[in-house]
Parts: sequence; C-alpha cells; structure tokens
Amino acid sequence: MSDQPIEEDEPLEAIELGKLPLDAWHRDHGARMVPFAGYEMPIQYEGIVAEHEWTRSSASLFDVSHMGQLALRSPENDPELAARELERLLPGLITSLKPNKMRYSMLLTEEGGVIDDLMVTNVGPHLALVVNGACKWDDIAHLREHLADEVTLTHYDDFALLALQGPEAGDILEELIPGTGALTFMTADLFEYDDGHIWVSRAGYTGEDGFEISVHEGSVAKLADVLTSDDRVKPAGLGARDSLRLEAGLPLYGHDLTLETDPVSADLTFALSKKRREGGGYLGHGPVMEAFNNGPAAKRVGLKIEGRMPAREGADVFAGDTKVGVVTSGGFSPTLGQPIAMAYVDAAYAEEGTELICQVRKKSLPATVTSMPFVAHKYFRGN
Amino acid sequence: MPRYFTDEHEWIDVEGESATVGITDYAQEQLGDIVFVELPSVGTMLDKGGDAAVVESVKAASDVYAPISGEVTEGNEALEEEPALVNSSPEEDGWFFRMTIGDKAELEGLMDDKGYKAFVEAL
Repeated sequence: MSDQPIEEDEPLEAIELGKLPLDAWHRDHGARMVPFAGYEMPIQYEGIVAEHEWTRSSASLFDVSHMGQLALRSPENDPELAARELERLLPGLITSLKPNKMRYSMLLTEEGGVIDDLMVTNVGPHLALVVNGACKWDDIAHLREHLADEVTLTHYDDFALLALQGPEAGDILEELIPGTGALTFMTADLFEYDDGHIWVSRAGYTGEDGFEISVHEGSVAKLADVLTSDDRVKPAGLGARDSLRLEAGLPLYGHDLTLETDPVSADLTFALSKKRREGGGYLGHGPVMEAFNNGPAAKRVGLKIEGRMPAREGADVFAGDTKVGVVTSGGFSPTLGQPIAMAYVDAAYAEEGTELICQVRKKSLPATVTSMPFVAHKYFRGN
Repeated sequence: MPRYFTDEHEWIDVEGESATVGITDYAQEQLGDIVFVELPSVGTMLDKGGDAAVVESVKAASDVYAPISGEVTEGNEALEEEPALVNSSPEEDGWFFRMTIGDKAELEGLMDDKGYKAFVEAL
C-alpha cells in the first residue's frame, strides 16, 4: 500500500519544516502531524469524518497559524494611502471599506492570474491582511515591490491564528470573551484577553458560523486549552478543514485558484466591485474585464458524482468523448454521503444540471454540474 | 490457517490452494475513514507486487498491491455497501478479495505475525 500525501505541491525533503506555536499542544492532543505550507501541521486528531461532523454540529478549534498575518500602515499625513495603494493590486474596493469590516479579495498579476486570495480588514489605524501560508513570502515580496515606499508592511509572525468554527461557536466565545457574540459575519474587533489584546473576526473557511482569533504566540496555548476545556469544542485538523471548505464551495489556493486562473473563470465575480470594474486601476484589470464582458473560456463548477468513488484533483472531465475540463479538488462529502468535486470546465458545459463524466483510473463516473455551496452556509448575519 | 504479511501492510490468509487478502489494522489506521474500495474483478490475473485494489479514504487514494501472483476468484461484496468495514474489521470482515496461489514459493518472502509486529513497531 502506498499512502499518497494530501499535499504534494512542493518538494519538501529539502526544506526545513517550521514549527508553529501550538506544535507541542497538537502532539499532546494526539494529532498526526504532516508537512503543510512549510510547517509541521495537524492533519487529524481522532479522524477526519468525526472532526468534520463535530464542526457541523457543535464547534471545532483549528490552528491556522501558518497563514500570513500582515498589516499595511499609511503615513500619518495621508491615512488613506495604504488602501489606495492596495487597490492597485486587487479588484476589491478597499478605500470605502468601513472600520471593522472585512472583504475577500485576490492579488492579481498583470494577466489577471491569481497570485493569492486573501482577507482584508479595516482595523482602523491600519489594514490587516490574512494571506495563505504557502504564498505568504511571495505575497510579501509582491506587495513590497508594488506598494509605495511610504506604506509600511508588517508581518506579525509572532501571532498565532485560531479558527473556532461551528454552530456553537458564537455562544462559546461570547461566554469566554463578552462582546464577540455581537460581531456579524465579515466584521472584526479588538478584545481583551489574558492581560493582552486579541483580534477576533467573524469569519472562517468551513461554511459554518465561527471566528478567527489572532492571538500572541505566548498566549495561544492557554487560549486553546480554555476553548477545548469546553465540552462543545474539540480540536480539528487540516483534513476536516479541507472537506468542510469543499462542501462549502470555497476554493483552495494552489488547487482551485492558481496563476492560470482569474477571478471570472474562478466564478468569484462577487469580489469584482462594480466601481473597480468601471474605474480599473489595478493589475490585471484589462484581462479580467475581457473575461467578465465576453465570458470566460472555462469556469469553476461544482460536481456531484454518482456512486462512492471520489474524483480527485487531476481527474479529467468529459462530455461524451470530448475532454472538457479537469477536477481541481475533490473528495467524499461526509455531510452528503457522496463524492463531490470542483472542476474547471469549458464554459459551454458549466451550466447547472449539465451531465458530465469524470474519468478515474479508466472508470467513467457520471457527474452533474451543481451549484455551490454543496452544503448551505450558516454565517451569522445578525438577529 | 497461516497468515502472512507484506511490508506494504497487506495480509494474506492461505487455505489450501486459495488465499484471502486484506489490509492490516495498522494500514487502516494510517488511512483513516475509508469511503470506497475498488476491487479487482473476478478473473483478473495479479502479479506479485503489482496493483490489485485501490482504497479511497476521505483524504487520499492509496494502492493495494498483490502479495503474491494468482487469479482473483472473489471480491468482498460487503465492501460495496459498507466500505467502513475496512476500518472496523480490517483483518476479518473487511477482507478485500480471494485469489488462487500461482506460486507457493512466493509466500516464503513474506512476514509472519511476529515478524510483521516487529516491522510495524520499528516504523
């Protein structure tokens, strides 16, 4: 038997793996550690399906400290400069982002390719960026290369990032840190914890209600202990995070988003703000608008697959005898009890209900184009 | 009935001219939740060390190799309905397939229970 690693983007043998602040905590809690984004990270504790189901029914604690936590600061005589500068690199409206609001966006190349996807938050005195762990060093180089010199870029590599996700997350965090329960989806604020400050965002990547909590590395083990001492919270690993985000229809950078994809083909046009579509002024605006106006050649779609055999990344997608696309991530959905996938298919075959075939090891698996999310989002948007 | 093990974590029970093949408890533990098992069809000729089956867990697809050469005579149909049998009973109800024994000499290179236990402990 050969066990293929879940991530094989980078040859990792030659790279020394980093340790995250909760490394020992994960091992103490029975985690199986694997290389991911240059770190040793927990892929699972008791099992992916159990952790997946616990997240959907109660609450799970994920360590996502591998992600890059960055800040952009403007010079004092021009508080808007950082937002204006960042807008030159992405298609979202940042200058009008109100304090404590967050926005999902993508750093783009001149050709419209996706360098990374990220969250931008208006923290008040500055902009906070959360970028993918595997991309953070390239992102920093890209930002530094393009942003005006007066904009200060800080990498908070001494901060951990925890995600508390699940239907019970709101009650649990409100009991521990009063005030957090009043946050609504895609808003964030500063709270006091353990004689220090933590930054709490009502967001996540599971499709469930929940939070991401930025906390200093010195306090993170204590916070993880306190959270998991609540019977409603169990730790969950990257395996469950992947199956949860797939059910939620959320693309994963390096798989469903790459330099070869653009926001339109990725079906993320919600992130192309109208004002920015018209006004332009960002890298990739021309190619992105061409795809927006004329339709993309290929499009990211969801596929529900018949039977139980998953179609995974790299599986070819056919319409009859014609290859029309390729699966970019796929697996078995614990919630639906069937295999699901994301694929890029020729635009002519992207319509919901289109019957396609996934080719897996010479087997033809019937698949149907399905709207995403596969499992409904349960974000908290207020009472 | 003697049971042998491979260093790829398959087990093989030998009963006269026939053998039953599955994966070990250690293997299912490593794979995690199994959602699908692709078995070789009856009549498939297997070569020792060659691809025999594929186990799909939530996280990945993994190959299962033929511990010896021979012809597949039966697949475990119970796995079609309940692939999780491989997790709950890997070395009994979760067997994969039965096969003929092409060459008894091929069994000689395999580990016995004790040898496999030591092999796993050293991993």
